[in-house]
This record gives sequence, structure tokens and C-alpha cells, in this order.
Amino acid sequence: MSLLTQDEARTLLQKVLSYSKADECQVSINGSVGGNIRYALNAVSTSGASDQMSLAITSAFGKKVGTTTINEYDDASLAKAIRRAEELARLAPENPEYMPFLGPQTYEAPSKTYVEATAALNSKSRADMVQGSLQISKDNKLNAAGYLENSTSFYAIMNSHGLFAYTTNTAVNFSVTLRTEDGTGSGYAAKGYNDSARLDVLAASKTAAWKAARSTGAKALEPGKYTVILEPAAGIVLLENLYGSLDARSADEGRSFLSQPGGKTRLGEKLVDERVNIYSDPHNEDLPTYPFNYEGMPQKKISWIEKGVIKNLFYSRYWAQQKGVTPTPSPDSVIMDGGTASIEDLVKSTEKGILVTRLWYIRSVDPQTLLYTGLTRDGTFYIENGEIKFPIKNFRFNESPIIMLNNLETLGKPERTISGEGGGSAMIPPMKIRDFTFTSLSDAI
Amino acid sequence: MAGMGMGGVLLSRIPVLGSATRPRTETAWIDTGIKKQLADVALNAARSKGATYADVRIGRYLNQFIITREDKVLNIVDTESYGMGIRVIAGGCWGFSATDKLDKDNIAKAAELAVAIAKENGRLQSQPVQLAPQKGLGEVTWKTPIIKNSFDIPVKEKAEMILGVNAAAMKGGASFIDTALFLVNEQKYFASTDGSYIDQDIHRIWPVFTVTKIDEKTGKFETRNSLGAPMGMGYEYLTPDDSKKIKTVTTLYTDRYDMLEDARLAAAQAAEKHAAESVDPGKYDLVLDPTNLYLTIHESAGHPTELDRVLGYEANFAGTSFLTLDKWKTKKFNYGSKLVNIVADKTQPGSLGAVGYDDEGVPCREWDVIKDGILVNYQAIRDQAHIIGLNESQGCCYSQSWQDVQFQRMANISLRPGKTPLMPNELIKNVEKGIYIIGDGSYSIDQQRYNFQFSGQLFYEIKNGKIAGMLKDVAYQANTQEFWNSCTAVCDQRDYRLGGTFFDGKGQPSQSNAVSHGAATARFNGINVINTARKI
Repeated sequence: MSLLTQDEARTLLQKVLSYSKADECQVSINGSVGGNIRYALNAVSTSGASDQMSLAITSAFGKKVGTTTINEYDDASLAKAIRRAEELARLAPENPEYMPFLGPQTYEAPSKTYVEATAALNSKSRADMVQGSLQISKDNKLNAAGYLENSTSFYAIMNSHGLFAYTTNTAVNFSVTLRTEDGTGSGYAAKGYNDSARLDVLAASKTAAWKAARSTGAKALEPGKYTVILEPAAGIVLLENLYGSLDARSADEGRSFLSQPGGKTRLGEKLVDERVNIYSDPHNEDLPTYPFNYEGMPQKKISWIEKGVIKNLFYSRYWAQQKGVTPTPSPDSVIMDGGTASIEDLVKSTEKGILVTRLWYIRSVDPQTLLYTGLTRDGTFYIENGEIKFPIKNFRFNESPIIMLNNLETLGKPERTISGEGGGSAMIPPMKIRDFTFTSLSDAI
Repeated sequence: MAGMGMGGVLLSRIPVLGSATRPRTETAWIDTGIKKQLADVALNAARSKGATYADVRIGRYLNQFIITREDKVLNIVDTESYGMGIRVIAGGCWGFSATDKLDKDNIAKAAELAVAIAKENGRLQSQPVQLAPQKGLGEVTWKTPIIKNSFDIPVKEKAEMILGVNAAAMKGGASFIDTALFLVNEQKYFASTDGSYIDQDIHRIWPVFTVTKIDEKTGKFETRNSLGAPMGMGYEYLTPDDSKKIKTVTTLYTDRYDMLEDARLAAAQAAEKHAAESVDPGKYDLVLDPTNLYLTIHESAGHPTELDRVLGYEANFAGTSFLTLDKWKTKKFNYGSKLVNIVADKTQPGSLGAVGYDDEGVPCREWDVIKDGILVNYQAIRDQAHIIGLNESQGCCYSQSWQDVQFQRMANISLRPGKTPLMPNELIKNVEKGIYIIGDGSYSIDQQRYNFQFSGQLFYEIKNGKIAGMLKDVAYQANTQEFWNSCTAVCDQRDYRLGGTFFDGKGQPSQSNAVSHGAATARFNGINVINTARKI
């Protein structure tokens, strides 16, 4: 098993560091054990298990730096890897942006990222869960394709300045697409947690089944601007491109949607509706994360957008030094505040609109305005007078999350959701948005 | 510390550190005899536990990344990963297990786990796996035909080359340039219970930059990405050669890339974009350079002809396909105009997908997918071949690493060049109202591959057969079948070039596949162009 305890990780990293001849050296190691099961056409397809551990070494002589990774741990391989990192560093030109590694850090108490029950999942428990999902598909005369994976992992980092940090994590992710036998209807659901006890495979499969059955016979609406209700799984794929773009350096350099003429930025400016609050909180019980980031920087609660105002940007250690501010890790464990309304409540309060289950193939069109394109998928419905009236054909959109969050009507109750694009998790409310821009129709089901 | 340190026994022949005169790819190479021994441990263990078929991939994956911006090398990274993936059929069901602990005990345990997973999942299968036959090939080898091993070029030389590229862009007026060089060496050993033992040494290279030009007065920025391609080549790709260039409104490159020249041009063009006219939306005849068209081919021809999508195996993630089996069976489905001939080819020299054998031991080949505009074939692997009436696989199986299971992946999918002599400048002369698009930009397509939207790097308005100036804010939207049926001209072999990507994504867990797409400049009539400018 490639899972080291804190003591084992410390011992191994100390050993690697003891081989170092560089001015500075930083070593990190990650390991994971996990398994997955995939199904399609109402039967298992591929599945497997993996057990791996990888070591990264960064060596520096002055401001010259080199990095190697290796996954062999005999003395000869470790020595080979560290000598190569040093060789690369010696050959590299000086990097004026190089920052000495961090010294020892103080971290807040860790949140509960590791759950024993999740770590105990195995091929039998995975098959059992999938069997339940397949039964729902068969009972409803649908065609199931889905995926269930679990992993248990650790990460540790140590450097020649005395920093050491160690953490563990468990994760279980499930997604399912149910389609009608004739391929004219499709429904989707996805859930991911640290704690497998929170995962209800059957409930998610039932949601997907309902959407598949209801989405046959879709009608075509004209492309244009519509009020939409974005379910959390749809909203996250646009929002992750907003909070992932809050980099201070690109804003300061003039190459971000936050840039202003003359080298100024929109930090401190109200950019979206005042009901929008987006922040990171490593201690949120529904979305726990590590107390430090990949380079050992402490992670704390931080607000990114507060009452619609860009409150903070993230700063690399180099850029923070240049600007005389505190380094800030990029967003992790992201939460967007919302209200108390359920998706059903949002539908009931909608005179005319479109319910969107999932958005797909999201790509940047113009980074200057944060314009993105993509399509609806696997459950798109027309709402009239507070009721879902009929399924509609999928649309392509061209929309900016900034414009979208200025056209906010209502926020529902946030829930943990998982991005079908990047795979990251966040707490996102269902959002009712007016004037969402659909630019063409798609025949895809 | 379980499992650590045991690799030293079997791998004691590996030198501790490559000397200055021996490239890293050589010093990391594991003797074929050792790999055969390890593979046989896994195959025998799988068989003894009840597998009716097993294959083993032992991979050592070496990468080098040189990351720079302007006059700085931010980092030089050498990665190395070594391990084994074991795939079995037991009880008619697939099972897979991967480990990076390559001693006999752990290999046997991993094989046992793969068999146990297959047996556990047997209750969830609808019918047993049906593998197309593949006769054992004995011990064979294959190597990417490179001229200069990129890993053998001193790091200092590579870093200085990139810094020279960056300096050229900055001298040309760029505000910023981000440049990287990615080098890949897959040392991959395959063995199966069919009796194949295949050792392959695969090389790829990808030089890439983005030039940014800021207009401080307006606060706007424009970018221009490099027009080179990732290639299945050695460092020779970066040797400039004027005879390998195509000149239109800018310079374009075949199988030798003048990165420095491209950076200089990029700086000027990024500045020019600021003054370009914002496009008037509407219908245009598009002239698409291969640097743009390769990605449209990838998304609208490559993906919908992947048989796993057609059958529904990707329904939960990458999607299915509009090119359903009933359309193929008619032998009349007009995917495109008669000029549209799309070929799958895993043997094409210089391409990213070229290998001797795929990841289930099938020798690679070339075949037609779209012939004279008609859908005639798909891309299949061993457990799918029977579905389309084949008695052998087409060799499209690939895994990104030893720790991921192999499955159907895209072959190089290319548009054959036209048979009538035609070069881009001649093609443009016949266009009344059009846009000439160079380079890849934003790209998005639906999950059944009907509706797509693509952008680009450079857009030139064509008026009455002449380039009338630069445009910006351009994206084209179309339906795949309508788009390919609007193809009215394809330039000839002299203009044929490869584009490609390292990041063709599919599967759960998601895996990346490296694949090339060849094309010559082509014309598409009456395509819908939108204006992407917004205000926030």
C-alpha cells in the first residue's frame, strides 16, 4: 500500500534531504490507493485499481533551480533523482523570480478530509453500489452509463529550511447518465464527497432517471436571451473559471479581465450583483480541505468576492514580494453563499425560463471579458408559470460569468457539487439568472 | 513503509546517474530481458488465478519540461515514472490493476487483484468480452524514427534556444511571452498471453508560446499563440529550413519549425490585432489553414468516428456520436462533400499517434474513415471489432501511463490533400467574401458532435480574391455535416501539414492521448461567423 503514515513520510523525506548537496532543497511526496468501476449499456465496462507513490525534488543553487520526480525508492534511485535535480539546477540560467523555500509554518487545525469508511471501500462495495444504480436503470427501461471511484491519498512536504507538513484525504465520486432506449432522452447526476456515507448512489440515479424519462420529445426554442435556472452542477463549470482567474499578477500585468488602463486593476471594485459572496473556507464541514497548499503555504478562510466587490486576489510568493503584500494561495474549498430556496422553489417562482442540468465543453472565448462558450446537456427543460412544461433541445451559449452574476435573480441553497469539466468540488447554490445568452441550437441528446 | 525499496533488487543494473555523455533516455532504459521476466510473472500469476486472457504493460515514462517567460527560465523539470499495468479477462469480464512495486510478490498480487476485480464485476456484465483474434508476434521492437534525441541535447542549449525566441518577441514589441518546451519519451513494453513481447521507444516534442501585447491606453490585451505543432519527432523539428515553409500572409511550417521567426511575427501580429476591425457577423466563405483545421477535424471527424462513443461507452462523460451504426450500414451517409476524404493512420511519420503496435499488441495500419464524403468506417479495438464486422482490431488501443487501463483512443485522423494542384494563395483568389483563419483558438463541440464553435489566432478578411486586412472577435459556428458538405476546395499535397495535441481527453478516470491531424488549406462556403466582443 502506497500510503505512508506521518512518521514514515517524515523518515523518507529526511533521508532524501540528507542526500542533498544543493543550497536549498525541497521534497514532496504523494501516494494514493484507489479503485474505480465504469459502466455503460447497462453493464460493467472497464474497472480497476491503482497503487502509486511519487516523489518530487526541487534543488536550488542560488537562484538556479531544477526539479525531478521519481517513483522508485531504493537508495540508488533516490540518489539518481536528487543528483539529476542538482544537475538541472546547475545548468539552468538564474531565475530572478526564484523565491527561497518557506521556513517552518504554523497551520490551523486540520479539517476532516480523511474518513475511514471511504478508505475501506473495495471492489465489492463499488460493485454493490453500481448494481443498485443499474437496477434503477433497468426498472425504468433506461440505458445507464456511469462511473464510481474512490481513493485514499496522502501528501507530505519537507525542505532544508525545516518546513514539514503532512495530510491525508479520502474521496468518493459518482456520476451517472441515464438515456432512454431509443436515445431521445438523457438525464445526469453527479456527486462527490470525502465521506462515502454522504453518497447516495440510488438517489442520484433516480434523479437522472427522472430527467431522462422527462426529456424525450424535446422541442426547439429560438436561440436568444432567456431566464435560466442553473443547477449547481451547471453553475460550477462557469464559476470555477471566475474564481480560478483571480490571479493578481496577470491583473497587474494588464492581461486579465480585472485589468484597467494604466496598470490599474479592478480589485476593490463592485463587478457583480451585491448578493454574490464567494470565499474559501478550509474548515467547512461539507467541503473540508488541507490546512496548507502544495508548497506548504497556510490556507485560511479568505473572501474573494464580498457583496459583489472583488475583495482579494491570489498572489504567488514572488508577486507578493514585488507588491509588498502577503502571499495568498489560489482558491481552494470554494463556497458561494446562497439562500434557502430549493431548485423546485426556484422553478415555482419562474414565469418563463429554462432549467439547466449540466453545461458541457466550456472553453474560453475572450479572456478580456471572461467570455465562455459551451452547451447544455442531459436534461434541459422549459418552465412556464412555475412548472416544468416540456423538454427543449440543447443550446450553445456564449456568456461571461461576470455578466451572468450581474443578471442575478435568485440564489438557492448551496450544495456540494462536482465539476464535470475540471473535476473540482465547490459549494454552489442553484442560480436563477435573467438574459442568459444562447447563440445556437444543438441536435445533440 | 510497506512496498518500498524492493525495486533495487531487480533493477540493480540501472546506472545510478547518467553520465554527461549518455542521454537520460538511454540510462533509464530497462533491459528487454528483465522486462520479459517481469511480464511473465504477471501473465503466469493471472493465468493461475483463472484469467483466460492477460496483458501487461511495463512503462517507464520520461518527460522534460522547460518553462520560461521573457528573459527568465522559471523551471526545468525532469519527471520519471515506472510501473506496470495488468489487464485480464476472467469469467468473461475485464479487470485491471496497476502497481509501481515491481518485485515478483507485488506483481503477483497485482495480477491477483486484477482477476479478483474481474470476477467481482462478473455479476454486472451483460455478455462476455469478445476479443478479436491477434496472433502472438514473438519478440519485436519499434522506435520513433528520430534524427536528434531531444533528451540528448544539453539542457543549457535548449534553454538558450528558448530564451533567444523570447528575446526576438520582446525585441519585436511584445509585452510578454510565455514559452515552454515539452519533451516526452514513452518506453513501453507490452506482453500478452497471445505470445507477444513488444518493446517500443516513443518520442514526442512540443515547443509552444503565447505572445501578449498590451495597449496601456485602452487597457486591452491581445495574444498570438505559436503556429508550430506538437510532433512525433526529435529535436530536428526545431531546425529552421526555408524549404519547409509555406508563405501566405504569414509564414507557416511543415515538418521543420522556425520558432524564432514565428515569435518575431507573433509580436508584430499581436500588435496588429489591436487595430484590427471587429468582425461583422454573418455568412462567410472560410479559408482554413491546417493550423486551424486540424482541431476542427479532431473534434468533428476524429471523435464521432470513435467506435466506443458510437456504441455508448462514453455517454456519461465525453459523449456519444451522431455517426450511428445505422448511418454507416447504409454506405450512403454523406458526411461531407465528395472532396472530403478522411483517413485514420497510426503509421504516419512525424505524427503524434505513430507507433508500431497499439497497447493491446496489434500492429498499426492506415484505413479510410470517410471516403468521397461517405462514412465508411470507424476506429475500433479488439473487443469492438466484431461489432462492425471486422475479424481483427484496427489498432486504436492506448493508455496514457502504466497505471491507467488502455481503451479505444483516436488514431491520427487526417483530411487527405486535394488531387488538383492548388496552393493557398491561389485558393484565396477565388473567394469573393471570406475570412482566412490561421492558428487554433477557442474550441467547443456538443456531446454528439453536431454543433461546434471554433475561433483562431489570425483572421484576415478576403474581399474579391484579395486579403483586405486583419479582423478580430471572430468565431465560426456550424453543424458538422453541413460544414463538411460545404467544403468546396482542398489544397494539394505541397500544402499538407500536421497539427495536433497532447491533450485529447476521454475516459473515466480521464486520460490524455497525443494525436496528430493532417490537412491542406481548405475552403468552406457560407459558414456562420459570430462576433465575440463583449463589455463587462
